[in-house]
Amino acid sequence: MDDLPPSAEVSAAPTHVPPAQGHGEGHGDGHGGHDDHGHEHHELGFIRTYLFSTDHKTIGIQYLIAGLILLFFGFCLMLLMRWQLAFPGQALTWANAHNHIMYQVKEVCYHLGLCRMPTTPLPVPPDPNDPPLLQIIFGDAQMPGGIMTPDFYNTLGAMHGTIMVFFGIVPVAFAAFGNFVMPLQIGTVDMAFPRLNLGSIVLFAISAILMLGSFFVPGGAAKSGWTSYTPLASISDQPQMVVPYVLSIFHVIPLWLTFMPSGAAPGNGLHLPGLQVAADGLHLFRLHVASWHAGHSFQWPMWLTGQSVWIIAMAFNITSSLLSSVNFITTIVQLRAKGLNWMRLPFFVWTQFMTAFLLLLAFPPLEAAALMQLMDRLAGSSLFSPTGLVVNGTPLINGGGGSPLLWQHLFWFLGHPEVYVLILPGLGIIAEVVANNARKPLWGYNQMVYGLFALGFLSMVVWAHHMYLTGMGTAISAYFQLVTIIISVPTILILSSLIISLWGGSIRFTSPMLWATAFLPLFGIGGLTGIPLAFNAPDTFLHDSYYIIAHFHYVIAPGTIFALFAGVHYWYPKATGRMMSEFWNKVHFWPTMILMNCVFFPMFLQGMAGMHRRMYDGGATYEILNQNVLHWNVFISEAAWLMGLAQIPFIINFCFSWKYGRKVSDNPWEATTLEWSAPSPPPHGNFLKPIVVYRGPYEYSVPGDSTDYTPQDQPPSHGPIPISGPFPAEERAIGIPHLH
Amino acid sequence: MEIPYTFTARPDTGLYNGKLGIWLFLASEVMLFGALFTSYLFMRLGADPGTWPTHIQSIPLGFTNTCILLFSSITMVYAWVALKERKFNQFRVWLVITILCGFVFLYIKGTEYYSKYIHYGVLIKAEDFDKYSGEFKKADVMVNEIPTQGVFEIRGHWENKTDKNATYYSIIPDKNFHPIGYQPPPGETAPSGDEEQTFKIDKADVERFGNLLPNYGTYYAIYFTVTGLHAMHIIGGCVVMLYFLILGSKLYRRNPEQFANRIEVTGIFWHFVDLVWITVFPILYLT
Repeated sequence: MDDLPPSAEVSAAPTHVPPAQGHGEGHGDGHGGHDDHGHEHHELGFIRTYLFSTDHKTIGIQYLIAGLILLFFGFCLMLLMRWQLAFPGQALTWANAHNHIMYQVKEVCYHLGLCRMPTTPLPVPPDPNDPPLLQIIFGDAQMPGGIMTPDFYNTLGAMHGTIMVFFGIVPVAFAAFGNFVMPLQIGTVDMAFPRLNLGSIVLFAISAILMLGSFFVPGGAAKSGWTSYTPLASISDQPQMVVPYVLSIFHVIPLWLTFMPSGAAPGNGLHLPGLQVAADGLHLFRLHVASWHAGHSFQWPMWLTGQSVWIIAMAFNITSSLLSSVNFITTIVQLRAKGLNWMRLPFFVWTQFMTAFLLLLAFPPLEAAALMQLMDRLAGSSLFSPTGLVVNGTPLINGGGGSPLLWQHLFWFLGHPEVYVLILPGLGIIAEVVANNARKPLWGYNQMVYGLFALGFLSMVVWAHHMYLTGMGTAISAYFQLVTIIISVPTILILSSLIISLWGGSIRFTSPMLWATAFLPLFGIGGLTGIPLAFNAPDTFLHDSYYIIAHFHYVIAPGTIFALFAGVHYWYPKATGRMMSEFWNKVHFWPTMILMNCVFFPMFLQGMAGMHRRMYDGGATYEILNQNVLHWNVFISEAAWLMGLAQIPFIINFCFSWKYGRKVSDNPWEATTLEWSAPSPPPHGNFLKPIVVYRGPYEYSVPGDSTDYTPQDQPPSHGPIPISGPFPAEERAIGIPHLH
Repeated sequence: MEIPYTFTARPDTGLYNGKLGIWLFLASEVMLFGALFTSYLFMRLGADPGTWPTHIQSIPLGFTNTCILLFSSITMVYAWVALKERKFNQFRVWLVITILCGFVFLYIKGTEYYSKYIHYGVLIKAEDFDKYSGEFKKADVMVNEIPTQGVFEIRGHWENKTDKNATYYSIIPDKNFHPIGYQPPPGETAPSGDEEQTFKIDKADVERFGNLLPNYGTYYAIYFTVTGLHAMHIIGGCVVMLYFLILGSKLYRRNPEQFANRIEVTGIFWHFVDLVWITVFPILYLT
């Protein structure tokens, strides 16, 4: 840091050239005294350094760790569900788990010819005097005696989806990698709005705390699926109207009434409400407060039940993503280093750019929809409830006239771009890893970028293929079927380019490359199994079956999550200066890869046999219909639990390498992109020398060069420097180096 | 360490960071309000006959609010111009006027909300409606038939709300809306004018009864959602402008250009809030 030039020049020009950016008078006026900013060592306290830092790298690592923890938490919710599916109605106690483990061991021994076929273990009834751990954690209403109630099963399903998508993958793939890597890859000092960045992670933290806290409100967390379909979601947990509380404002501000103009009311003049009615709202509120004081116990406000907390947490989450995406796009447009024109951006930056646009434009409709559902729950409106809705045999008294289908449209208008928000950063990471480890330029970089734009645009117009079964009408279905098939073209284009990039390369199977090579075929399975779903006719059969579960999990679990593992391994040396262990990576990789397929592949078979995805007992009730595939439930569950164990090597590897990993140079992978020109870990302000970019992002194995990689900021060895880009002609004349 | 282009424009994009940021933010705001307006269309097109009220809003108040917001957009621009000319005191005057416009807007909005709160709708069962229909017709009362629910709706003020034991609702109903210069068709009596007339409606004949809040009907729900969200944007804008008026103006002494940029960005947001209102006014008031 000490030998930094005056910081205003960092991204401007090499040191031997006067600063070329012309910050103009404003700079001289305003910051003349701060020119030696870069030399100062701000001794920030622990809190400012690690908790509320504005540095993009710290924020990125915070997102990464929070996101990985939440991913594992969401995974654990699914492990609980798998118990219910494999052994429906049995108490989840140590005694039962022990019996099943022993049974499985004996069964393996039987197949090896070591013992006789064991008998199926009988469920051990729960002991009322010794409540199992899960009953203590989640409460008697959710898991009495360790037996999962149907409501709690639904809660787990809803929260698994919500946490994995909005609190796991988006924070890791977009926020963590985007924050840490993207500014480094475009050669700048930080994000465009560092404080906005801090605000965004604080909002994310609030939303995560709310979402996790909602498990402990009366009635439990949201239980209407991660899609929160109405009218189920708008009436679940018996929401209580909050309007009387809000309207009491009209009575506690008497001045308001005094100055009320008499023409305020349409039609006839002003009519002051009588005193008794005035007490309505206030009375409720006082009763509430009085009950707290009298009983000395906090009474949870019943309007704040699981689904309402879900909505509020999502509103915070959406706002956080919104601020992040504004920040990302501004950074990419405004802060690219000198010479880094658009088609020299690494593909990862392109994917972040497109992801940010999708988040920016697709998330707000969900925020609007969430607001409307909150109105339905708290203000008693019926935006999403149809006229004449009957709940549990009782007609629901409200205005009616709403449309449940509207929620689905608004939700999936977010929901489908969200799919691409999940996968695009993954594709970006894989592109970096593949190019680096195949020691070749990406095949068809330009097409990939254009494909990305096509993908981004098309993803906004295909949403209703999630809704073929709602009876939207054949004309609309036909349109959505057409565009859905069209959107597979750019997707396949990008995936094919990645596969062709391997062709003829001298592939190094480093840790990230292992994950990347597994990603390509497995994501391919996920993508190709989606094509039958794009058509109306097969979708009518496959919709809401286990086939769907298998399809989108193949896209996201072995797809995006493998890409995330690749990214963690790839950029770990940059973040810490140390390498993660290759051996423990293999111990992590092989079981995860095999078990991932053991979990999801049988689901295709179950789904095609017609098993519905939301059955509380895993389909045992309909055994006569699906007896050929029912036995897979136990197999899938066991594979999932083993996969949970298989993550332990990664956790150990991740934590221990931070301190004890092998120290490596600044560019251990011999990569070309700009982040490897910074020290590892990069200091505050990132680069020690000003960055000027002379070439494209993937100049590997350039004929005639002494090394098989040419960093983007390495000047050409002869001839004038071909800087094209945003800068005036006289500035292009900088430095005609004669290095040889 | 210093972020480039915080207040000078980047040569190729011609923008400083904040300006690009606010435009992107507004793009997302367009999608936010766009979703609500689309929902409004969806609701309105799918509404049962008679359930979508018209002429429920006070157009003079809405028009006043439109003018106030438009005026405040102008003063906002003047505030920015004053800063560009480095006339700080003038800037403060214009900004104070803008903030006051915001407050006046919110006050009028509040009175409109209050008028909904004290306004009631009565849904009378179709089989009992004959008892009242003659008198309603004579007094030119606005009656909506909602055939799908088998009810007739009138709206008005509830007179005997303090009398908890009453077996009837005493209502001063709204009259039919007639444009200026309206002539009744031959054979019908002329509209009876503005005199108030109280009607007693048996509680036994009433299907539903309530004030015109979000739970009364879809129109009111979407009305309160859209205007409430818009009002929150006005409050947010006022908070930001108050900040720049008091605490944030310290920046002016250090870097007047950057301060002017911040006011410009605030102004862009303020114009957008204005624009949203210009869309809200016709769809919720005029139609």
